Amino acid sequence: MHCHDCLSHIAIPAGARKIVLVGNPNVGKSVFFNALTGLYVDVANFPGTTVDISHGRYGGDVVLDTPGIYGISSFNDEERVARDVVLAADLIINIVDAVHLERDLFLTLQLIDTGLPVIVALNMLDEARHQGVAVDADLLEHLLGVPVVPTVAVKGEGLEDLKTRLADARPGISPPDLKKQLADMVRTVAVPAEALLVLEGDPEVADRHGLEPGGQREEIYRQRRARVNDIVGHVVREEASGAGFAARLGHWALRPLTGIPLFALILYCMYYLIGVLVAQDIVGFTEETLMQGLYEPAVRALVGRFVSESSIPGTILIGEFGLLTMTITYILGLLLPLVVGFYFVLSLLEDSGYLPRLATLVDRLMNTIGLNGRAIIPMILGFGCVTMATITTRILGSQRERTIATAVLGLAIPCSAQLGVIAGMLAALGPKYIAIYGGVILLILGLVGRILHRVLPGQSTDLLIDLPPLRLPRGENVLKKTVTKSYAFLKEAAPLFMIGALLITLLQVTGLLEVIQDGLAPLTQGLLKLPRETATVFIMGMIRRDFGAAGLSDMVLGPAETLVALIVITLFVPCIAALIVILKERGVKEGMLIWLGSWLAAFVVGGLVAHIII
Amino acid sequence: MTLAQAKRGQRVEIVAIPDPVVRAQAIRFGIAAGERIACAEKLPAGPIVIAKGRQEIAIGRRLAENIEVRPA
Repeated sequence: MHCHDCLSHIAIPAGARKIVLVGNPNVGKSVFFNALTGLYVDVANFPGTTVDISHGRYGGDVVLDTPGIYGISSFNDEERVARDVVLAADLIINIVDAVHLERDLFLTLQLIDTGLPVIVALNMLDEARHQGVAVDADLLEHLLGVPVVPTVAVKGEGLEDLKTRLADARPGISPPDLKKQLADMVRTVAVPAEALLVLEGDPEVADRHGLEPGGQREEIYRQRRARVNDIVGHVVREEASGAGFAARLGHWALRPLTGIPLFALILYCMYYLIGVLVAQDIVGFTEETLMQGLYEPAVRALVGRFVSESSIPGTILIGEFGLLTMTITYILGLLLPLVVGFYFVLSLLEDSGYLPRLATLVDRLMNTIGLNGRAIIPMILGFGCVTMATITTRILGSQRERTIATAVLGLAIPCSAQLGVIAGMLAALGPKYIAIYGGVILLILGLVGRILHRVLPGQSTDLLIDLPPLRLPRGENVLKKTVTKSYAFLKEAAPLFMIGALLITLLQVTGLLEVIQDGLAPLTQGLLKLPRETATVFIMGMIRRDFGAAGLSDMVLGPAETLVALIVITLFVPCIAALIVILKERGVKEGMLIWLGSWLAAFVVGGLVAHIII
Repeated sequence: MTLAQAKRGQRVEIVAIPDPVVRAQAIRFGIAAGERIACAEKLPAGPIVIAKGRQEIAIGRRLAENIEVRPA
């Protein structure tokens, strides 16, 4: 069985070869991808994962990108996706970082052992030269048995060479005893690449063939490592090993004494950019001047010609919570600028190589809530979108860690657009309120994590993470990521916002909204000391958290009331989309517990704070 | 001795990594029994950062306590 089904959701024209780009994280794969495919690129999500695969045309062929990985196997979603794309490949372009050959060649040799035609792009040669590393590309080509093309992709060097030499891609040199084992396995499995993965004990590939996973991983990996070390010993010549500024900064980011202030500085810059610059200045212009000043009166006048604003269709379209008025203003005027700002910052962080260092810095702290430092990555991404982050918890090593991380995400981590609104509102309240807000949320986060760590059985896994070199993110890449993710936000949020607005208008015209507001008055007015209209915001927040936050920004509240409302909507239940993902990922029982727990936490904590400060 | 006992800047040789999954992941990064590495950074009560050439890897403290090494 060739892995045809693996790519069934990507349209590949008949007769086109599948050229697959493979490499370790941060080796510059996307530059190669762009150089080969040009502008017309499609992005397809791999079902059930957060992994997106870009694909585009190169002549009559299709080029597929894969996530950065250290090997093809089943250790995580990225590897599984990359593995399946590789298994479907006709030709592999393997990009390696000339500075880190010891790490990168392990994947290269694994790819060569699959027996597929491979061509290697020896990238970042300028950086290698700069760091005093000389690599003999001809000797490397000879030892690997596949073409090796020296490149400096960001400067466009070697890309034309790579294109001309694509035709030379060929199966490389594998050790004779591995080849013999493979030949035996191929009799049952038919495809050498899949035979290799079965031998290496990949449970999923073995399962597809109805076989037991092989037990030779240890032995094959050890031999492969020895081959890598041998090759590196021959082709790499180290001259002066001058530690550059990036290396020094990398170490400062790790040491608590310098790392904590550095992290604080990064957080402050994020806050300033999103909470002050975007949330106040830019949104002030887009929401008030553009949308409420120009767009809304225009659309009211236009629709008003056909239906009266006080009629039911009129209320639905252009009323207080109108589909064409409030909904569009919230999405385009308020949330979109915030989301763009957020994804921009997240992409910068992701591409700079800083996140694994942050994971190391906070490892000990995360240990106290039963997680290892790696969990900071879904949490930071949680500031993008809780739904995505919940799926990303799969990178965590055990079920117990995934439960803790999901609970903390659902409860205490606001999503990007919501946090943008919150940051904007807090910035207007001043430092005292910012401190109380931050303190309360962190306290709850710590408390919940601590309790779960105590009561959940089992043991959490330990940190083991590659620290890639710190690099200046490339503008083009960052912009592309920002645009893709912001577009995905619009696509997901818009329909839910429409449904939410429709629901609230219906509640309003039927008079049910009043009934609910009165019914919840003991909670809103009694417990939280907030106006009873806040109930509307909570209903909006159940549909989407940022929708609730947007509604809150339109209410007139005093500083203390604003703080209480912000705490409640932060701890409040995850939005519908996030809830569905939580239920899917964690099961109904655990998902419902998280959901009910957030209701309880939101109102109990909000009530406590309200009684202390109002 | 264990990796957790290595001092910052000390060079050690790895003797054994007990956990098979950790072993498989570490070997891809070039960390395996017999390899010589340096303890590049040691966070107070936190992870140990080991370096082999230009490759750096952070290892949680508890895991480091389970990795057997000897001075190299």
